[in-house]
Amino acid sequence: MTTLTSLARARAAERGHAEPVCTVRHLHLSDRPLVFVPLTLAGEACAPLAAMIGDDPRAPRLLTVAQPRNRDQRFAFTAELAAAVIPYLEGFSAASETVLAGPGREERTRYCDAPQVLVPGPAAITFTRMLGRSTRFRRTDGPYPVPALVPLLGRWLTFLAEHTEIPGSCLLVAATDALSLHWATGQSPAEDLNLAALTGWISPPAGLTGSQAAAVAEDPLTWPPAGPATDPTFDNEVLAPLMEACDRAAVSGDEPAMRRARLALDQALRSQLIPAWELMWQAVGLLRSLPPGGHVAARWDADKDAFTFHAGHLRDGGPPQPRRDSAVAAARRLARLERLQASYGAQRAFDDPLVMAERRLAGEAFAGRVTAAEPGRVDRSGRRAVLRPRVTVETSDPVLAEEGSVVTSPARPAQEARIVSVSMPGGRPAQVVLELSKGMGRGLTAVAGSVPAPGEQVCYATFHDGYQPPPAFPEPDQTPWTHGGPLQPYVPSDEDAQEAWS
Amino acid sequence: MTGMSGGGPGAALQRAAQAVEDVLAALGGGGRGVVVDSPPGAGKSALAVRAAATLADAGEPVMLVAQTNEQVDDLAGRLASSRPDLAVGRLSGGDYVPSARVARHASVTVSTSVPDLAHCPVIAGTAAKWATLRGEQRWPWAIVDEAYQMRSDMLLRVAGRFDAGLFVGDPGQLDPFSTVETGRWLGLTWDPTQSAVPVLLRHNPDLPVHQLPVSWRLPPAAATVVAGAFYPFEPFQAGTAPGQRRLELTTAGFAGGPADEAIELAAGTGWALYELPARHTLRTDAEAVTACAALAARVLERGVVACCEQAPDGAAVTAERIAIGTAHRDQARAVRQALQALRPGLDGITVDTANRLQGREFDLVIVLHPLSGRRDATAFHLEAGRLCVLTSRHRHACIVVARAGIPELLDAHPATEPVHLNVPAKFPDGWEANHAVLAHLRQWRVRAL
Repeated sequence: MTTLTSLARARAAERGHAEPVCTVRHLHLSDRPLVFVPLTLAGEACAPLAAMIGDDPRAPRLLTVAQPRNRDQRFAFTAELAAAVIPYLEGFSAASETVLAGPGREERTRYCDAPQVLVPGPAAITFTRMLGRSTRFRRTDGPYPVPALVPLLGRWLTFLAEHTEIPGSCLLVAATDALSLHWATGQSPAEDLNLAALTGWISPPAGLTGSQAAAVAEDPLTWPPAGPATDPTFDNEVLAPLMEACDRAAVSGDEPAMRRARLALDQALRSQLIPAWELMWQAVGLLRSLPPGGHVAARWDADKDAFTFHAGHLRDGGPPQPRRDSAVAAARRLARLERLQASYGAQRAFDDPLVMAERRLAGEAFAGRVTAAEPGRVDRSGRRAVLRPRVTVETSDPVLAEEGSVVTSPARPAQEARIVSVSMPGGRPAQVVLELSKGMGRGLTAVAGSVPAPGEQVCYATFHDGYQPPPAFPEPDQTPWTHGGPLQPYVPSDEDAQEAWS
Repeated sequence: MTGMSGGGPGAALQRAAQAVEDVLAALGGGGRGVVVDSPPGAGKSALAVRAAATLADAGEPVMLVAQTNEQVDDLAGRLASSRPDLAVGRLSGGDYVPSARVARHASVTVSTSVPDLAHCPVIAGTAAKWATLRGEQRWPWAIVDEAYQMRSDMLLRVAGRFDAGLFVGDPGQLDPFSTVETGRWLGLTWDPTQSAVPVLLRHNPDLPVHQLPVSWRLPPAAATVVAGAFYPFEPFQAGTAPGQRRLELTTAGFAGGPADEAIELAAGTGWALYELPARHTLRTDAEAVTACAALAARVLERGVVACCEQAPDGAAVTAERIAIGTAHRDQARAVRQALQALRPGLDGITVDTANRLQGREFDLVIVLHPLSGRRDATAFHLEAGRLCVLTSRHRHACIVVARAGIPELLDAHPATEPVHLNVPAKFPDGWEANHAVLAHLRQWRVRAL
């Protein structure tokens, strides 16, 4: 926790309502997101119990399983879920756009929009990943066949869940993550995982403070947990008898009794899911109230690329995602994630002065006023004269950057500024002399406005969001002896569906 | 450890020389590689340099890989000093400026491309630079220094360049880290976020692992503690005898305050715990930061002279020979500011985080304890390597500055990291190592008022 979020949390606790820690929204919100609230059965690994799903707040679709321990019913549920999810996902492949080549990318076609699935919390993302893993290798023929849509759903769920590792990706979003990215509450980060308490802090009902609303949200009778785990008292006192009734009816073959039992079970599960469903749409409304940050659209474009690529991979009959990454695939992915993490951090700071303030407190950026400028300075020491204006910035921020390092201004991202000297006469404020290059037009005269003028407020950061070519790794069939030697090509098999411990 | 304590410096010298000979003999054994575990200051780089020269003499071109430009310059400079007749290549990035250590040797050629260095039997460069090479060129041997600080994905990028490797490193120091937190590769033998050596050993379990048994840096008073807390399975001893390293104070501390008491204690015993009253604080605890700066300044005022085997008549402990180590960068910055505010002339004192102090050596080190003033003990603050780096940089004495109550904090926060399938348990355990060091420091406690 940074100093600034600690302060915001302390203030929230004191004032009784959540404090904003961002001035803009750092994630893309679809016009038509798919809200997915899953529930699991306690005591069973990844056994779906129920789900509420839909893209219309007024028309939630409830799916339930009468006996989650029954494998056939589980896969029947997954097939129903697939029938609800896959048309939504595939609906986005109707319209395409052409994207011109950029750094590191060729010209390509991609879908104009991508799906966005919203779940209540990170535990639901884990459930999505587990459900994907347990279904994507299933066979539609042979000894234990499953409906054709089940493995397809598994591959889509795996794609969505794996994509959440990518910093700033918005294809699958946990509402509690999204809300706590933008607001600090007066409770602990662990308590923020309760969606009802979190929304209570941010937007309490009339007559209550945020802390009171959060206290009310602790009662599982009014606010059942938003899943995937259910309230244990509900399990014992409501769910177990209803499930038993279903079992009894199934054994006796009494059709009307079965219908009654199913109806009662569905109603009980609906009562557990409806509050979370409404909270999800309330969270969407809260997030929509913030204006989007400047780089949000660019990150969503990358999500659209990923969606297009995966849809193409499925269409071309590609294999399901392997159970684990090979040595080269893992290293490549890590390099990509680290690059995206740095770029996401920089973009957030460039989009939002409050986020930048955190980086300034950490000494990674400084802001201040230009006190002197030499816009026409020309360096003639090299083979050819080059324009190298210098500006002096006075700042009371702590400057950790060393002389010679390059800093970037959010206002002029294409321009490089090299720190010539940092002097702190008698402590603060510091005088930082910067030498500028790039982004000033051709020739030996800077284009008007490209060099900060005296009196201008500027901000410079030690991080930037420029393109970096990906590092080179060996091909998988060239994996060196230190990492297990050349990789055998992946051949999907029935073994893939087995877990290591089963 | 009892087996190691026998014998004086003469026996230590012999044991260390034998260990080096064993490693050099293992290089000729025809295997794919050799791993050498080295405690702090055990002559790791000297071994790397000697092995490079030995291989080059045997007609085997060698690529010398280290993790930072600083380390590469150090290796290249040492190699050129010990073997002026050997052509050494310094493979570098585009904006590299040769340091004095490299530039003063005529036998060292600096270039950004390998063809320019074709005449050099030994080419030294950072792992990051080696990883950018194009083409098919391979070397029969690579010597990787600070191999435990290299991440496994970096080894993956360079391993295709060599047939066999000598991997030298200190397993007790900080593991490399990643800015990305993910459990995706947990349990995979090639987990790219792991250190290179464990990954190498998991795929090649029969590679011989050698140990260097003698630390030339740490005095006997420190070697026992550091070996016991951080190297439970690789005991080592100090290369000097008790009393051979001495700190003498040339002036008297008339005020006789706790700072003087701590310095005198550290001069006499090699350790001191300067304990501030218990309090929960921000990371940049102003009192602790001031105490670190004031202790360092006081050491200079007291005119400390260090006597050791290299300087039996004593050498003054100047600002350059003192370091202050912290866990976080903002703490280091606060200490630097406190030094500036104290008086001019203290700029020479090195103030840095554990990560950046790795591989460096000073006469006297002041440590701001990573758990000082904290409410909780996170995995970051409990990491054994962090405390190990901080308490093993000194040749003479170490003063630890901490708030009271750390043992109680540790007891309230037992390690709760989950255990994962196929992930080998890591030793030493940070929680236990922290307790061991504190238990030792308790006897050298000075209460600050």
